Amino acid sequence: MTQHFFIPAAVLAGLMMAGCSAPSAPSASAAKGPGAALVTTDPKPVAGRRLITEEQYLNTIAHMFGPDIEVVAQFAPMQRTDGLLGVGAAQAGVPAGQMVKFQRAARQVAAQVVSNGNVTLRIPSRQDALIPCKPADAAKADDACARLFLGNTARLLYRRPVPEGRLNQFVAEAAKAATLSHNFYTGLAMVLEGMLLSPEVLFITDRTEPDPERPGQQRLDPYSYASRLSLLLWNAYPDDRVLKAAESGELSTAKGRKRIVEMMLDSPRLEEGMRAFFDDMLAFDSFASLSKDPAAYPGETGLTLTAAREQTLRTIYYLLVTKNLDYRDLFTTRTMLMSPILGTVYGVPTAPGWQPYTFPADSPRVGLLTQVSFLAVNAHPARSSATRRGKALRELLLCQHVPLPPPNVDFSALEDPNSAAKTARDRLTVHRKNPVCAGCHRITDPIGLALENFDGAGQYRAAEKGVEIDTSGALDGQNFRDAAGLAQALHDHPSLPSCLVRRAYGYGVGAPLKDGDTELVNQFTKQFAASGYHLRDLLQTIALSPAFLQVTPQETPKPATPKEANAQTQSRAE
Amino acid sequence: MKNVSRRRVLRGILNGTAVNVALPLLNLFLNGNGNALANGESIPLRFGTWIWGLGMNDVIFTPKKTGANFDLPEEIASLAPVQKHINLFTRFNTFKDAAPLMCHHTGWVILRTGMAPSLQQVRPGETIDVTVAKKIGSTTRFPIISATATGDVRHSYSYESENSVNAPEFSPVGFYRNLFGPDYQDPNAAEFKPDTNVMVRKSVLSGVLDETKSLQRAAGAEDRARLDEYFSSLRDLERQFDLQLTKPEPRAACLKVAEIKGEPSAGIDTTQVAQRHKVMTQLMAMALACDQTRVFNMSYAGETAATTKAGYDKPHHTATHEEVTDPVLGYQPEVSWFTRRAMESWAEFVSILASVKEGDGTLLDHSLVYAMSDISYAKIHSLDNIPMFTAGRAGGRLKTGLHIQGNGDPGTRLGYTLMKVLGLDIPSWGTLSNTTSKEISEILV
Repeated sequence: MTQHFFIPAAVLAGLMMAGCSAPSAPSASAAKGPGAALVTTDPKPVAGRRLITEEQYLNTIAHMFGPDIEVVAQFAPMQRTDGLLGVGAAQAGVPAGQMVKFQRAARQVAAQVVSNGNVTLRIPSRQDALIPCKPADAAKADDACARLFLGNTARLLYRRPVPEGRLNQFVAEAAKAATLSHNFYTGLAMVLEGMLLSPEVLFITDRTEPDPERPGQQRLDPYSYASRLSLLLWNAYPDDRVLKAAESGELSTAKGRKRIVEMMLDSPRLEEGMRAFFDDMLAFDSFASLSKDPAAYPGETGLTLTAAREQTLRTIYYLLVTKNLDYRDLFTTRTMLMSPILGTVYGVPTAPGWQPYTFPADSPRVGLLTQVSFLAVNAHPARSSATRRGKALRELLLCQHVPLPPPNVDFSALEDPNSAAKTARDRLTVHRKNPVCAGCHRITDPIGLALENFDGAGQYRAAEKGVEIDTSGALDGQNFRDAAGLAQALHDHPSLPSCLVRRAYGYGVGAPLKDGDTELVNQFTKQFAASGYHLRDLLQTIALSPAFLQVTPQETPKPATPKEANAQTQSRAE
Repeated sequence: MKNVSRRRVLRGILNGTAVNVALPLLNLFLNGNGNALANGESIPLRFGTWIWGLGMNDVIFTPKKTGANFDLPEEIASLAPVQKHINLFTRFNTFKDAAPLMCHHTGWVILRTGMAPSLQQVRPGETIDVTVAKKIGSTTRFPIISATATGDVRHSYSYESENSVNAPEFSPVGFYRNLFGPDYQDPNAAEFKPDTNVMVRKSVLSGVLDETKSLQRAAGAEDRARLDEYFSSLRDLERQFDLQLTKPEPRAACLKVAEIKGEPSAGIDTTQVAQRHKVMTQLMAMALACDQTRVFNMSYAGETAATTKAGYDKPHHTATHEEVTDPVLGYQPEVSWFTRRAMESWAEFVSILASVKEGDGTLLDHSLVYAMSDISYAKIHSLDNIPMFTAGRAGGRLKTGLHIQGNGDPGTRLGYTLMKVLGLDIPSWGTLSNTTSKEISEILV
């Protein structure tokens, strides 16, 4: 084989596959340590397993092979659990139909990674950039070059050293495929496809090891910790630097963990991670099928709604990370990032691209609750919904539970043609007067009504059907007159920071919180408060906490016996 | 017959210019009687489900007459062209027993699993399509295909287990690509050349299966079920590779499908939903005719359908709770407007299946479709009298054109009957008050 030692800088910039950019020796990619004795899997006890999400898959592929790899993934949606889709991954299974989609995605990825380009279509050759060596003859197998590429790739996808026996299998399979197809690169593609179907790749497995600081107890092994960290902070699998820290033992020390967490917090990839977290926390998955009635809101197109979602995610990162703002101020600030398409909805002048815009002090736009995203996604297609907005505020931002409506209710008084009800407040009074409905509507409507100056598309209005809108209300004992007052009440609500803590921790460990975690959340919240409610500090606290590292295995596993391991080796050799 | 003309015929269907097109028969693929394939195999039996949200208005939905030639009240008047192909079931009940009534969730879960759910957050267990697919869906490329006309991937009514949802196709373009894209093997293609890459894929997959087995051995009890399912899904993929390496049996009813390139506009206005529903049904019908699957699910709208009507500010679900019952008409007119649109799409669904000639009959004749809503009277979330339909004769095993009233019997009787018709050996179906071992004999041939 011929190794590449020169890769164009432009390619490297988009190529986080550090193993390829600085090719490791093949032997470094395969386990020589304790894991090497087994044929295919690491025998350590398992504490949990979660399925990769579509975003995590796409991010990982983009970072390994470049952002221009196109994948139509279509993974099944997760079940929202404990407020998060990411937590639903802890229970999600893979039925046959989903496996077909994984396979289709794997084929797309593999074909592009080994693509030789197309001069006519002006598609560059990716194989030159992504395969760190050239085979002696592209029409034949080349075990050394295959071992280099597959070893590096497997290490990043499996997120731990791949047992030598498994790597040997990969190389043998690539040789077989190359011989059959008379194409070295086809051989690599076929094996890459197979890797992308591995349960070791598609499931994130929490493997444990004895905890030296708590004799008799377990903690995550450094590789599982690396994955957990990376999914929390980057919403993708760990890169070469993080894996090296696991391999070198750095992640097994408190000092080492601190250095790596700080490096990850400083990385521009934090933006991807935080966008994913807040998108999940704010239940923005609803945007995928959100539409507004064009008769009611002719200006609110799919492009507007996409921009609205983008605005909130960009604004959160800009304010909480770039500007290091107090988390609570996200709800009272008058600054948000603005784009031209949204300028027309907000009625403000804009510059090209995304630029910070600060509304004047007397503007009704105050904080995240008055952004088009929150207002539009928590509304009906052709009208606003004080109830939905109130429910979203309580459930998404305060981690409170709003009961489902009772089954036997009659809302038709809302449409009584003789009724004098003109505004949402008039209509919702019907609910609050009905004892069956009142229980829930009392806890949602007084909040949502404060946002009634914004219609179902998030556009400002002073009146509804000619009647001036009354935006007064109360949130858990704090009265206010308008959206700005609601924003302040939310800012001051003790559950606002603790809810973020709860969500961030659940998202980080990828599992529902247990009863015993309440005290933990309280401790984190105190530290969060002491830090001035800065997001970066909260992430660091969680990522470096003993709780984030310590785990309890589900069950002591039965490792494969040497006889079984042998049988597997033979079966594969055949 | 040349492929060009066959393609042209189906394109006509897809553009909506002619639903009932007489499709060309390739009789050389059939036996002398036209009721079996030339190789002696029976034309396969298919099972499908169809669901619409928010029930009906009893006074204008339920026919006065039972049995054959039942009347079609105004809310189901659009079913006239397909009346001979369907059965209507009314006055059957579903029972939540001690479980809470979870509004729009409880009814459909009972009718598709036989069990009342205990929590909204808990997904159903195995749904009826999955149970049936285990019996009749193991030889085709896809054990099950599901689609939703809402454009929302979250609207699924097919579950392998509480933790595994069969996500529906939600985009016509994506649905086309998945069914008839590069992996599709035309059963009527003159030439068949096994793809060497598929052989290699199969070989590589065996290594992945070994890895999974290794994990299974080491898994705790809780984890084991998920890994078992994973392993089984890999096995299914392996089976698909085997299929790709085997020359498919010719299928006379299978036509070439023109590529769908344009996505219907996003949105849930009833016209958009109907358009999406029609295109996806047409694709589904051809997937069945080409034997890509034998089990299929279509959802017209979600259980709390947010379908909208241009110029009316309430989505369907909101209207069921807020619209005043017209004192003269005796029902909610706007709500009924939405239900009528659903019934039109149901009629179209049946028509499309009936338009595909297969053997001596149609695709619908060799199918059995089970349709239901989630609720009866949506305003009060009533579980009594949830309307249900069947369509198709299940290869001559079922009568059609009948209106059957259940007199308060468990609605699970219908699902149980259908599973028995499809050859499932089950002594009973359902739990607690939804348990039944009594078939609806009136529809059996």
